[in-house]
This record gives sequence, structure tokens and C-alpha cells, in this order.
Amino acid sequence: MEIATPPAAASLAPRSAAQAMVPPSRFGDKAFEWLTLAMAMAVVLLVILIGWQLWRGSSLAVQKFGFHFLTTSTWDPVTEQFGALPFIYGTLVSSFIALLIAVPLSVATAVYLTELAPLWIRQPIVSLIEMLAAIPSVILGLWGIFVMIPWLRDYPFPLLKRFFGWTPFFSGPIYGTSMLAGGIIIAIMILPIITSVSREILRSVPNLQREAAYALGATRWEVTRIAVLSYARKGLFGAVILGLGRALGETMAVTMVIGNTPQIAASLFKPGYTLASVIANEFTEATTDIYLQALFEIGLVLFGVTILVNLIAQLLLKTLTTTSTTRAVQ
Amino acid sequence: MVNLIMASPDPAVVEHVERPAELSPTTEPAPPLTFQVKNVSIWYGEKRAIDDVTLDIASNAVTAIIGPSGCGKSTFLRCLNRMHELVPKTRVEGRVLLQGEDLYSSTVDPAIVRRRVGMVFQKSNPFPTMSIGENVIIGLRLNGVRNQKFLNERLEKSLRMAALWDEVKDDLHKSGTSLSGGQQQRLCIARALAVEPEVLLMDEPCSALDPIATAKIEELIYELKAQYTIVTVTHNMQQAGRISDFTAFLYMGRLIEFGSTTKIFTNPSQKQTEDYITGRFG
Ligand SMILES: Nc1ncnc2c1ncn2[C@@H]1O[C@H](COP(=O)(O)OP(=O)(O)O)[C@@H](O)[C@H]1O
Ligand SMILES: [Mg+2]
Repeated sequence: MEIATPPAAASLAPRSAAQAMVPPSRFGDKAFEWLTLAMAMAVVLLVILIGWQLWRGSSLAVQKFGFHFLTTSTWDPVTEQFGALPFIYGTLVSSFIALLIAVPLSVATAVYLTELAPLWIRQPIVSLIEMLAAIPSVILGLWGIFVMIPWLRDYPFPLLKRFFGWTPFFSGPIYGTSMLAGGIIIAIMILPIITSVSREILRSVPNLQREAAYALGATRWEVTRIAVLSYARKGLFGAVILGLGRALGETMAVTMVIGNTPQIAASLFKPGYTLASVIANEFTEATTDIYLQALFEIGLVLFGVTILVNLIAQLLLKTLTTTSTTRAVQ
Repeated sequence: MVNLIMASPDPAVVEHVERPAELSPTTEPAPPLTFQVKNVSIWYGEKRAIDDVTLDIASNAVTAIIGPSGCGKSTFLRCLNRMHELVPKTRVEGRVLLQGEDLYSSTVDPAIVRRRVGMVFQKSNPFPTMSIGENVIIGLRLNGVRNQKFLNERLEKSLRMAALWDEVKDDLHKSGTSLSGGQQQRLCIARALAVEPEVLLMDEPCSALDPIATAKIEELIYELKAQYTIVTVTHNMQQAGRISDFTAFLYMGRLIEFGSTTKIFTNPSQKQTEDYITGRFG
């Protein structure tokens, strides 16, 4: 049997050698630390600067409307009444619809691509999805107006109305341009990013995890569930948040299909308006100071909503991960 | 194609079970066999990793597979529960019988095979999002067991068998990855035992562990063989000598020698075996 050399003898030689050497300079380490810190701080500073700029640009409006800006629904430049509630509502609802559609689709696509698809078909699908991401927003918007909306109006919407018309969400007349159409177009836009990030996350799940499940006699679906998805769920959640960030700020294509009507309606068939859309649409028309200020304040609100939603998501993620590992078996 | 060769169960199977008895008339009756591996060859694409291996694996005994790196130990072990099929483009020829049943018959579901033949890996792999307790009973849950009382009993039993109960009984709700390396490996053994397999396959289960944790696992293997048939891969000669009853020496995908561990280690009949065991391998 190979018996290890006595530790004393083993460690003596290297130690004396180390003593003979000049101690390594710590300068490189320090420089590296400061450099990376500076980079990190630059990002934080940028965020603060943007926030401050928006704040400054809207200070008059903030003073004039105060908290009412967030809670009232009238948007009338002529009488100089500005309330952002319909836009906040529109942004949140359209993004929520988008997530509802895009997350299952993206995650399922990612699972298919990493776990199930035959090898030869994977790369073509990945390339197609990347191409979807490369379509300019305005082109997608045009497609939305001329292809998607007429189709939605003729087939899926009447169907939804027939089966779910008894709920407030799918009641009332169908115009085509609508909150639902806006949500769908956002879903299409965030699908590629969620899919490709999810795919990377799933690919990073160690094979050993899959084998552990297979060795217990798990089927492919069970392996995906207990070894892959649960291992990756923190990362998948991150992918969803990334998509949500995009969804909240998505502007051009949404503007073209959502109907641009500042109203709060339960029915998703009714037109809506988002924070980003109103800025894009009305910036050039904002002739009075207070109008411009109000639009700046809309920007500030969008900034705040995005940060808030991300914070809530972070909190959710924390509770998600702590409860799962401590869940007792009894 | 594989299935063509392995047609329906044939009478030779029965005959084969009885054969060792006549071969060793002087000793007590031959031990019952768990696996009969007959002329098995395995390919990864064009590369043949196992070349015409035939051997029997006795029940309630520890069979060690030794040989230099890359000789096909893991591949051979994995063909016993069809785990090697997870690698695309693998191909098997020959037959593997588990209790006389052909594992590769077209009617056999690999998932069922793996429930009967459990496996422990080189690197411990508990499910990190599950608690210690859930890690152990996940196999039962996959089998549809919902009875909480039964699950709790089996949880304790499996952890006791894996000699881990006393160390974790107050921490069952903690994450499986909070344990030490050796404990994690025993957790994986408990997880494999919880579904009550007939066989336990172990692929170098101690190679990532320190000597104390290794000693614990070795002791555990010794105790488990009362109830289980164990096939273990090891690159550690001393370990094979300590824990196994039978030893198979593989070299470049071929079975060079197979016999009782005492015989292989004291009086090998092949020169190659002797060279490998004495460390004079060239
Ligand atoms: N997934 C794989 N794909 C292709 N060849 C493989 C794969 N796994 C193992 N092999 C080949 O099969 C042979 C046996 O490997 P393995 O069974 O892992 O050996 P051991 O466990 O004895 O080190 C090696 O030559 C190796 O290169
Ligand atoms: Mg190996």
C-alpha cells in the first residue's frame, strides 16, 4: 500500500523554497480591485444620473400635480390636466399579458431545445429564434397592423369572446387594436431573449443531475422536472425578469397596435396606452412647458415602475429559494 | 438490430444458471446469479468500448471491476442498467440477463430496469433544491407513493442503511448540499436504496472522498451486501481487495480475467492481471 510521505517531510521542502522567494507584489491585486470597483460604480452612477435628469426635467410638473399625477386618469394637454394612471395601467397589463404568453412558450422551447430535440434540428431553431430578435420593432409593428390585427379580429378574438365573453376581460366590441394585441406583440418581442437565456441556463445544468434522476427510473419528463427545471429555476426566473424589463419599456411596435387611448377598461379588447408609447407619440407635440414636463414625469414613472417591478421580483426570488430548501418532510 | 439477436427467452438460460454447480462440485452449491452477461459488446458510434464480455454476477456479493482508466469499466457498469443509452449513438450486442430476464428485449422499459438496478456515481449528486429528506424519497414519489407514513418509514430505513441517519436525523429539512462530501455520497446511496432495488451499481463511489469517508463507504458496502447485489468500479486495488468477493479485470474493453477476489489477487492466471495488480503495468 502506498503510504503517504510523512507530512513534515513533504511540506518542509516547498516551504523553504517559498521563503527564499520574494513575496508576490499585492499591487496587481489592488489595481484590479479598484478598477472593477470603478466600473461597477460607473453603472450605478449612470442609473442615478438618469433618474436625476428625469427628476429635474419634470420638477415643475411634480410640484404642480403632486401625487395626483399617479392617481388620476385625465390626460388633456389643452386644459393642462395630466394624470398618468391609464398609462401605468396599460404598461403593467400589457407586460403582464406578454409574460403570460411568452414565458410558457419560451421555457418550453428552451426545454425542447436542450432536453428533447434531435441534435440536427437544434441549431436551425436557435438561428430562427435569433432572427426573430433581429427584426426591427417598427417592422414588427407594421406586420402587427396589417397581418396580426386583422387575423386576431377575425378568428381568435371572436372565439375568445364566445367562450370567455361572460368574464369582463373578453366582453364588449372587438376593434382589433387593443390591449390584448399590444400584449401579444410584446410577447413576440420578448420571446427570443427569454428563450435564449433560458436555453443557456438549462444547458448549464450538470449532466450528473440528469443522470441522478435517470438512475432512479425517472422518465424524460420527470428528469426535466426534478433534475433540470428545479435546478435551473432561479436562473429561469432571472430570464423572465430580463424579459419583463424589455416588456415594460417596449415602445414602437406596441404603439402601433395598442390603440393609444388613455383609458382603464377591464376588457382586453378595448384599446389602451402605455407609458413608453405616450412619450414617443406626444414628445414632438409638447409645445407648452408643462406638457413637456408631464411627459418627462411619465418617463420618471416608467423608470420607477421598472425599478419597483425588479425589486419585487428580487424579493420573490429570495422567498422562492429559501422556502424550497427548508421545506420539511415531516 | 440488437433485438434480433436477443430473441425470446430461451432454455439455455435455465441451463446456464445451473452450470456453475457442476464446475465446482467440491464446494457448497454455487451462489444464485443476479446478472448473466453474455458476449456483450458496446459501441460509442464507431468506437468499440466493450468487446465481447461474458461473465456472471453473483447475488448478495460484491463484484469489483478493475482496470486502467478508459478500459471500459464505467461503460460496462452502465450497460447493467441501460444508463449508457443516455449517450447518443450507442449500440449494444449480446445479452444481459437480470434474474433470467433480457434487459435489452424490446418490451423492456429502461426506466423500469433502472428502478430495479440502482446506481451511485463517482461524484455525489444530490438534488440541490431538495431537502435531505426529499432527496431520499424522491424515487418513491416518482413511483407514485403518497402515503406519508410509509414515506417517513422508508426515509428512516434508507438513511439508517446508508449509515447516515444519526448524523442527519435532526436536519432532514436542510438542503442536501449542506452536507460534507462523504455524507452527500451516503445520501445518494440512501436515495438509491429507498426504492428497494435488487442491485446497486457504484462507479468509483469513493474516488472523490477523503480516507475516513472512504472507510465509511467501504464498511457500508460490506454491510449492504447481505441484502443487495453490488457491482462496484474502483481504480483502487486495495479497495477491491478489501470489499469485493469477485473481481473482474478489464483491459481495453476486454475481460482479461474474472474470478474470486482472493484468487485474482493471490494467484492470477493471466500475466496481464498480475502485472496490473502488482503495479507493473506497462
Ligand atoms: N460518451 C462517450 N462517447 C464516446 N466515447 C466514450 C464515451 N464514454 C466513454 N467513451 C469511450 O469508451 C471507452 C471506455 O470508457 P469508460 O467506460 O468511461 O472507461 P473507464 O470507466 O474504465 O475509465 C473510452 O475509450 C472512452 O473514450
Ligand atoms: Mg469511469
